[in-house]
Amino acid sequence: MRESDGVIPAHRARFPGSKTVTDTKTRKYQVIGTRPIRHDGVDKVTGRARYGADIHLPGTLYGKVLRSPHAHARIRSIDTSKAEALPGVKAVATAKDQPALADKIADLGEAVMNLRDLATNVLAVGKVLYHGHAVAAVAATSLEIAEEAIALIEVDYEVLPPVLSVEAAMQPDAPLLHPTLTTRSLGQQSETPSNIASHSKIKKGDVDAGFSQSAVIVEREFKTSPVHQGYIEPHTVTAQWSEDGSLTLWLSTQGAFSVRDQIAELLKIPVSQIRVVPLEIGGGFGGKIQVYLEPVAAVLAKKAGRPVKMTMTRAEVFMGTGPTSGSTIRLKMGASQDGRLMAAQAYLAYEAGAYPGSPVGAGSMCMLAPYNIENVQIDAYDVVVNKPKAAAYRAPGATNAAFASESVIDEICERLEMDPLEFRLKNGAKEGDRRADGPVFPRIGYLETLEAAKAHPHYSAPLTRSDDSDGRKYGRGVASGFWMNYGGQSTAYASVNSDGTINLVEGSTDIGGTRASSAMQCAETLGLASEDVKPVVADTGSIGYTEVTGGSRTTFATGWACFEAAQDVKRQMTERAARLLKISPDDLDLAGGVFTSKKDSEKSIGFKEVAARLGETGGPVVGRATVQPKGVGVAFATHVVDVAVDPETGKTDILRYTAVQDVGRAIHPSYVEGQMQGGVAQGVGWALNEEYYYDDGGRLLNASFLDYRMPTCLDLPMIDTVIVEVPNPGHPFGVRGVGEVPIVPPPAAIANAIYHAIGTRMNVLPMSPREVLEATGQLD
Amino acid sequence: MASVHIPSLLQDLTGGADEVTAPGATVGELIEALEERFPGLRDRLCDGRRLRPAVAVWVDGEPSREGLLQALTDHSDVHFLPAISGG
Repeated sequence: MRESDGVIPAHRARFPGSKTVTDTKTRKYQVIGTRPIRHDGVDKVTGRARYGADIHLPGTLYGKVLRSPHAHARIRSIDTSKAEALPGVKAVATAKDQPALADKIADLGEAVMNLRDLATNVLAVGKVLYHGHAVAAVAATSLEIAEEAIALIEVDYEVLPPVLSVEAAMQPDAPLLHPTLTTRSLGQQSETPSNIASHSKIKKGDVDAGFSQSAVIVEREFKTSPVHQGYIEPHTVTAQWSEDGSLTLWLSTQGAFSVRDQIAELLKIPVSQIRVVPLEIGGGFGGKIQVYLEPVAAVLAKKAGRPVKMTMTRAEVFMGTGPTSGSTIRLKMGASQDGRLMAAQAYLAYEAGAYPGSPVGAGSMCMLAPYNIENVQIDAYDVVVNKPKAAAYRAPGATNAAFASESVIDEICERLEMDPLEFRLKNGAKEGDRRADGPVFPRIGYLETLEAAKAHPHYSAPLTRSDDSDGRKYGRGVASGFWMNYGGQSTAYASVNSDGTINLVEGSTDIGGTRASSAMQCAETLGLASEDVKPVVADTGSIGYTEVTGGSRTTFATGWACFEAAQDVKRQMTERAARLLKISPDDLDLAGGVFTSKKDSEKSIGFKEVAARLGETGGPVVGRATVQPKGVGVAFATHVVDVAVDPETGKTDILRYTAVQDVGRAIHPSYVEGQMQGGVAQGVGWALNEEYYYDDGGRLLNASFLDYRMPTCLDLPMIDTVIVEVPNPGHPFGVRGVGEVPIVPPPAAIANAIYHAIGTRMNVLPMSPREVLEATGQLD
Repeated sequence: MASVHIPSLLQDLTGGADEVTAPGATVGELIEALEERFPGLRDRLCDGRRLRPAVAVWVDGEPSREGLLQALTDHSDVHFLPAISGG
């Protein structure tokens, strides 16, 4: 909905505490909720914005990585002599050029990582564990020479049988990826090695009792494939050492400080000797947090004594970075005749890839979060397989799990002959309810999203038109989703310029418009216009510690830091204004950019005038703040989708899509809508086409955008968005993270729509034409 | 005293109890108090002087980054859940 749309009366009548962003009558902010041009917009649309690959230093060498052609193999030997002898080659690196690391878990910001796994993923030690695993690297005077050089590196492999699914990996006689890996289960370890890295369990109530009280029980198995984040900009880094032993990295990353910490640990150098300069980023979605090229570039640059630049090709991005997990999920749910969920029992096994660390824990926590269910049991397994190490992808783990839970709920609704939104309203979580995994919900907006979806014209619109006579089948589906969001550490500095504008320095890479949302929160606090705040994303040498741009944290946490820094500016500027007016600071209010005496409205002075006279009143004014805020607001979404399925080809077209989401407070509604639409677009790709496709030997066969089919604008209708605002009581402006939850419902919503179109339940992702034809028995 | 929800995989140490109360001004003190009643529980949750990397402590509905140093009140509601990350 846009600002010209009206309020939804039925929705407001039931939940008077919430409102849509379109309710202009009750808006209380001057800047928040408006749609100013984003501060980085002009540079980005004119091509002036600098991305990682735009860095060109004098004397730069070009680096390339040699990657394994095998999914699983022992490395008997590596001979780099011919590569080293090639004219133009200035350095060659293998794992022996990196410090050996112990099995140490390091807290690197938002996530913990095993450093030894991180290091051996960067350059293989002893074994290669997936097709594309980095084995060696070269730096040369041109990219062509570097490519020629890596072809001269001779690697003697002993090929081993790969395991390519959780089922295969969990067999007792499965080939082991790591001979010393045992199954961790909350502090206990199994005695025998296994490809099962961990087991976690959620248990509440008595599922057997719950099922015995159920009138309807549905039990299904679901499978998903690994999918990639699909960021349009490949990984890139330029590394340069100075004579004093300090290292500078210019790169594309979601977290400059996380990269600094990882490099410090991997190369065993102090963080104070590393400066990470984040350039503009062309997408990340969780896939640009862990390092891949950065340590290699640093090692090559050190050996060569010159800067080294490395940029992945698209094929390398697919083969050598971190898709999200494929999974096998078994889910059984029961409901009473009057539509109350009575019990749920789930088994989740997620592919971690080559090293432990899938998001199965998060998946188990999110799966049933939208619902009140007394009796729950979820067993979750993290399983290593011979595929790239899984990395985070937008609400990691939750989409797989919701595909199962929202599909089963749809089937229960059908059997009970209940409207799927009414069923969810009956069972939906609200403030004070306890999640299946335990924590009690604070003020949340799930029910409001259901009501808004129900009241939306899409939900009651006719499904077909009179001219839909092409033989396609039409269906409508709904699904909900949940994501926890994250807080974390952020820093901001706000300095007052003599013209009354603010230089706002913060450390969060701007992926989705967060420079704008940070600037707007600062501007709102000071009574300034958005364009009077000049946001800058700083490097690790120029701003205090700031965690990654991820976890839907940035507008919440970095925005909070900017709010606090603005409050600091406000206090200082109030004192300066008081000095100029010769009254007490306690006597002054700041509103609309003017300081006015509470006792005598004739005594006033503008913010800009005070700024122009800082030299007379005490010198520069700089506000600062560091935060690690509590009060993170969780996120819920409810989606409605119409599809048309061609029964002859199995192709599914998305005809109409409406995404409803509780965002707390939309700081900049356009960028909130963009996050919602972007998440939906990725969810559609995940639902209908995207998958990592392997041959029996574990070789990835579709490492290109031609064969890894992501949606384009030709595949999607305009995605309608409904912003529901149930302000997060934990944040000064009510913000909830918005970026991740919109990817959670789409696969299930589309699966439900396909079922209502063709009468066949889809339980495998992607629901490609081939899968649809197979499910409907047309490929026998 | 804080209410502590015992993860199902640790309930063998608590005789099957899924929720107990325990004193402690911090999560660290709470775990020490639990260890006195249920020997072995500390080593399952902690690795040396920190919570195990795969474990996150949630207090009053929120994950804490402060681990064993996280302050508690008499009314705190404490869970030990898988550590997660976003994307």
